[in-house]
This record gives sequence, structure tokens and C-alpha cells, in this order.
Amino acid sequence: MATRKNPETKGAQGANVSKDDLLAYYRDMLLIRRFEEKAGQLYGMGLIGGFCHLYIGQEAVVVGLEAATKEGDKRITSYRDHGHMLACGMDPKGVMAELTGREGGLSKGKGGSMHMFSKEKHFYGGHGIVGAQVPLGAGLAFADKYNGNDNVTFAYFGDGAANQGQVYETFNMAALWKLPVIFVIENNQYAMGTAQKRSTSTPDLYTRGEAFGIPGETVDGMDVLAVKAASEKAVAHCRAGDGPYILEIKTYRYRGHSMSDPAKYRTREEVQKMRDERDAIEHVRELLLSGGHATDDDLKAIDREIKAVVNAAAEFAKESPEPALSELWTDIYA
Amino acid sequence: MATEILMPALSPTMEEGTLAKWLVKEGGEVKAGQILAEIETDKATMEFEAVDEGIIGKILIAEGTSGVKVNTPIAVLVEEGESADAAPAPAAAPAAAAPVAATPVAAEAPAPVVSNASADWPEGTAMKTMTVREALREAMAEEMRADPSVYLMGEEVGEYQGAYKISQGLLDEFGDKRVIDTPITEHGFTGIAVGSAFGGLKPIVEFMTFNFAMQAIDQIINSAAKTLYMSGGQMGCPIVFRGANGAAARVGAQHSQDYAAWYAQIPGLRVVMPYSAADAKGLLKSAIRDPNPVIFLENEILYGRSFEVPVLDDFTIPFGKARIWREGTDVTLVSFGIGVGHALDAADKLAAEGISAEVIDLRTLRPIDYDTVLASVMKTNRCVTVEEGFPVASIGNHLSAVIMERAFDYLDAPVINCTGKDVPMPYAANLEKLALITSDEVVAAVKKVTYR
Repeated sequence: MATRKNPETKGAQGANVSKDDLLAYYRDMLLIRRFEEKAGQLYGMGLIGGFCHLYIGQEAVVVGLEAATKEGDKRITSYRDHGHMLACGMDPKGVMAELTGREGGLSKGKGGSMHMFSKEKHFYGGHGIVGAQVPLGAGLAFADKYNGNDNVTFAYFGDGAANQGQVYETFNMAALWKLPVIFVIENNQYAMGTAQKRSTSTPDLYTRGEAFGIPGETVDGMDVLAVKAASEKAVAHCRAGDGPYILEIKTYRYRGHSMSDPAKYRTREEVQKMRDERDAIEHVRELLLSGGHATDDDLKAIDREIKAVVNAAAEFAKESPEPALSELWTDIYA
Repeated sequence: MATEILMPALSPTMEEGTLAKWLVKEGGEVKAGQILAEIETDKATMEFEAVDEGIIGKILIAEGTSGVKVNTPIAVLVEEGESADAAPAPAAAPAAAAPVAATPVAAEAPAPVVSNASADWPEGTAMKTMTVREALREAMAEEMRADPSVYLMGEEVGEYQGAYKISQGLLDEFGDKRVIDTPITEHGFTGIAVGSAFGGLKPIVEFMTFNFAMQAIDQIINSAAKTLYMSGGQMGCPIVFRGANGAAARVGAQHSQDYAAWYAQIPGLRVVMPYSAADAKGLLKSAIRDPNPVIFLENEILYGRSFEVPVLDDFTIPFGKARIWREGTDVTLVSFGIGVGHALDAADKLAAEGISAEVIDLRTLRPIDYDTVLASVMKTNRCVTVEEGFPVASIGNHLSAVIMERAFDYLDAPVINCTGKDVPMPYAANLEKLALITSDEVVAAVKKVTYR
């Protein structure tokens, strides 16, 4: 076991991906970004209420990790969950209609932005209490181990949740029982408005498993190929029965913590610099163009296609009726 | 095509705001993501970004304007060479949520109240004497034999054979895959168990006592109880949380609390609190089979107490069905868990004084068998509730309210709630005795409601 600061694979240079893979990552990341932009717009129009946490900027994390999964693998995350749902193939219409609180939403309008689930896609939420999804994720892995299959669970949490006590209770048991769970720390550097250096005694979150014998590594989360390479490695470790693995994925959210975040804790310039220099979608776009895998027109066609999907989702989410009043009283007991 | 830029909602509660400052000018080009304006909301001053690229054709609301309603057009975005006048007519305000008509509380005609209580097993069934401890163990063993997805997890449940010996022998029979010793880490292992239930298993989580479940209560309520609803019915959580609840003897304030009323408040949970061994067995088997999260509140003092249990291959007790331990005509005593013992003792003492008490054991607190209680109160016209928990927001308080709403005209006296005292549990023997509910207090309450 060792925690290493630099993974072997430094993204595109070392990664072995096909043109089709690269195009698929571009498409998946773009879908998340356009979807989230549309969600922000609908929020502004008052069609989405309450809390709404956008994933813009972090797209390469889920898309890269999902690239190494197989059918049966599970995922569970926090309240910043729209990207995870889209990346595992959940219907954008159902997600958007849940955001607008309509009957056609994945939880029939009863869950909202933070609470959606899909048994079919093995997506286990959508959890609103910071850190709670970490033991739940280990529990999903426990069930797979109990059932004797080789499925792996991705338990996503942020740099903020990394300070919750239950995370370490879970690390201990996951290592003790060799549970096939990948702890994905999406380090976007801010726990709501608190910068990591103001909340965390040691900066390297990937070393947080050392006390429990859990290997970890840090990954450039703005490079989808680096994320994919790390995911493959972690998945292989778990499938081999070697227990849990920690991936600290360095990423960045462009938007506020939620929609009502005045973002006074960081400068506009800091955000702009990330957008200009490290944008994950722009990175793949350049790889596609410079490698001769796609023309500008090819990518514009994808843009149009994604825009149509997102617009259709928004239309569906506006037109789907509110849930029947009788729904208040259903789904309390199975 | 020209599009209107609307005053955005920038917080969950914002209805209007102040357009503090424009950061673009008419005729200026904007890119997606560029800041257009600063808007003061009810919470803070926020930067408002452009969603689409284009040219600011016209600014409709001047900076410094306050009280701008959400969705008011504040500017027009045009494409190159297009006039701002090409803006579409203001769209109708987005479909505001239709006002939700509250379901009338008392719309339906009151149905006649009929008691649910009936015999739990056929007459003539062979019986054997068994402790509550043995009954609980048998229930788990039988269900684990029947369903390989049922497993037991908790502190000292395996090699130690159970802190209170409830799981004695289970490790030997089922092995360490299904009888799992955990570290002392309630929050973590409860979350893992709940996650495994989402993943298709049927965990039984033993809390050494429910006092320690306080460490895990977020996972019990926010994760286990609410997920079925939040998922629109997709993702249930079949799990049993069981263990000793309430006061034992001389273990002090942190180890002596009754959590019945806490958990009974939560929609999505089933809450069971048996008194007898037969109920412990029949209800635990039902709990393990139930597709919902079940809180199963046991009592350390009752573990060693013996009762008659029916000898049947597959014996269960349904939830929501109270048991009438003793029929009576003068007063209804309603209790659950160890309180039933106090109620029965009180009924004996009262009988000696010529007062006939009916004793009802609720057995489950969610659902509660209201009809059996109401039918009895309508007969006796008096009610005393008995429980060990704290007096404020107790189960007895709730029953009093229900009786008042549904049987007010039948009452000949106010309902009295006998509860534990409103103090942390003291250690000193005399004070602890004073803090707990006693059958003498129940007798005194009955005399009050019967004006004796």
C-alpha cells in the first residue's frame, strides 16, 4: 500500500483512448454542462425552487470515472448530483422534470434536485446530509461482496465531507472487511464558502486512508483521460478483492455552491483563470481537433445535438404536470 | 431572434430584488457566462451572468431600480444586425404552481369505531414457556434460516454471543458472513447497513442499547426512513434496528432513556415495542419480513422474564393490532413495552378495590391501533396512559389528543398520562425509583379519573 502524489498516467499523453471514446467523453461532458446551464436558467425563471447545486466545471470527474465501469457497478453521491445521473445514463427529461417538481420527474417530483435514484442505472442518490452517502456507499459494496459478485461502488463526496467523522468510521470498516468501494473525493477546493486551507489541517486528502491501510492517489480532475486512467486502476484494485481505494480528484466548480451563493470567498479572476486555462471540455475539444479526430463542423453538430436534448428536457420539465395531490400520501411505506 | 433577459430568482426565497448596477451597455456584445448586472437579493448582492451570447439591444430597467419582480424583462438580447424591437411580446409568467388545496382534515363521515383486537393464535394451540430473550433469538434464527439475505450486524453479536445474549448461538449456526461483529462505530455501521438494504439485503442491526443509536439517528431517519418517499417509491429500505431501550437499573442518565416517542414521530418508520415473549417473537418475525425500516424497542429488564409462547411453525403478529390483556369496564389503561407490566399490576390492585380496568397493549407505535383504544374508551369512558418515557410530547400526549378529537363526548374525565419524570435519570437508587413510573402512580391516576 502506498499513497502516491503523481499517478503514472498524466492524461492524454499516456492514455490509450480511441477516437470514439474521446468523442463520447466530449458529448457526455457537454451534455452535463448544457444541462446545468439550462437548469440555472430555469431556476432564474422561478421554475426550479429551493436548493440547486450545479456541477459546471467538474464534468470530467464523473465522465472519466464512468468510463471504467461495467454493468452492475453502483454509484452514490451528495446533493450536487445532476452530473452523476446524466453520466450514468439517466434520462435528462426525468432529471429536469424532477428539478421542476413535476410528475414526470425521476422521483415523481417528491425528491427534488438533491434526491433522485435509479435502480435500473444503479444510481443510489442524491443525498442531502454531507457525508451520509459515504457509509451508504460502503453498504452497497457490502451487499455486492455478500452476494459474491465483482461489482464496484463509487462513493462520491467533496472536500467538505472529507472532514465528517462517519467517513473515517467507514474507512475503517471498508478496509477491515475489504469492501469493493472507491471513495471519490471531488475536491473542488471549497466546502460551500470555506476554502480547503481554512478547513483542513493537512492538504492531501488522498492520504486520509493511510491510517486504515487504504491506498489513495490524487488525480487531475480537469483532464478526463487522467481521471479515466485512475478509475481503471482503482476499479481493478476493487474487483481483485483488495478492498477500498481513494481517489482525490482535484476539480473546480465555476458556479456558486448553490444558486444563492454571492461567491465572495474567491475572486472572479480565479474562476476566470480556471475557465480559460483548465476547462475540461475545452481540453477534449482541442485533443479532438489537433489529433484530427473531428472537424469544427463535427463538433458544432454535436453541440446542436446536445442543445436539442437539453431543450427537449426543459420543455418536458415545463410541460409535465405537477404531481397529483394524492401523491402526498403515497410511497411512505412499501 | 431577440430574447428577453428576465429578472432572475437568485435565492430560494427571492420574489423581487434591486437592479443595483448594469455592467453592460446598450449595443455592447456579451458572451455566455459574462456578468451582466449586480442584483441585490433578500440575502446578498449577486452577480448575474448571461446565459446566451448576443448584443444588448435595449436595457429595460435602469440601474438603481428596486422592487423589480422576478421574471420582469430587464433587457433585450439581440443578434447582430437585429433591432431590439424584434423582441417577442412578454411571455406569460411561467406557470406558477397551482395553489394546493389542503385536504380537508375531517371531510369524511366518522366511521363506527370497531376494536381490532382478536386472538393471535387459534384456540387450543400448544404453548411453551419462554423468556423474551429466547423468543427474540428464535425469531432471528427462524428468519435467517428462511431467507439468506437476512443478516445480523452489531457490537458483540458474534463471538461474545451478544452483550445481552440475544444472539447466543447464531454465529455457530450462520457463520461470520451473516453474524457480523462491528467496531464500536454506530454512525458508520448503521450507514453501511442501510446502504446494504438499498443494495437488496435485509439487515438486522443490533444496538447494544438504543442510547447509542443517537450516534446513528441521522442514518436511521434521513437515510432509512425517507428514501422510499424521496425516490418516488423506487428505493425501499428493508431493515430492522433492534436493541434494549429505556431504563435498566442504576446505569445513569446516558443509558436509561426511552426513545418510543422519538421514533414514533417519523413517517416512513415502523415502531414496535413488545412486552411479552410471544409478541417479541411474532413481531420480530414480522419486522424482519417487512419491506420498511423497523425500530424494534426491547427492554433489558424484560429479557429474562418468562411468558407463554405458542408452539407454531410460523407464528407472526401483524403490525397495528393492539392486544387486550385484560377486559374491564371502569377505565382503559393503554400502555406498551415494560409499561404494560405496570398497567397489569395496577389493574390487579384496582380489582381488589372493586375497580375494573381494561388493559390495552399497543405493541406497535407506528402504526398505532387507534380503533381498539377508542372502542375501549367509548365503553369505559375513562383513560389513563402508561409509559416510561419523558412526559413532554409523549405517546400518551398523542393518544390524549386523538381520544379528545374522536371520542370527546364519551369521556367522563380528562385523560391522564402517567410517564417517567421530567428529569435525566438519576443514579441513586431512591431517586431512580422516584423517576420511574410505578403501578402505584397508575392506581392513583385511575382513582382520579374515576373520582374515587
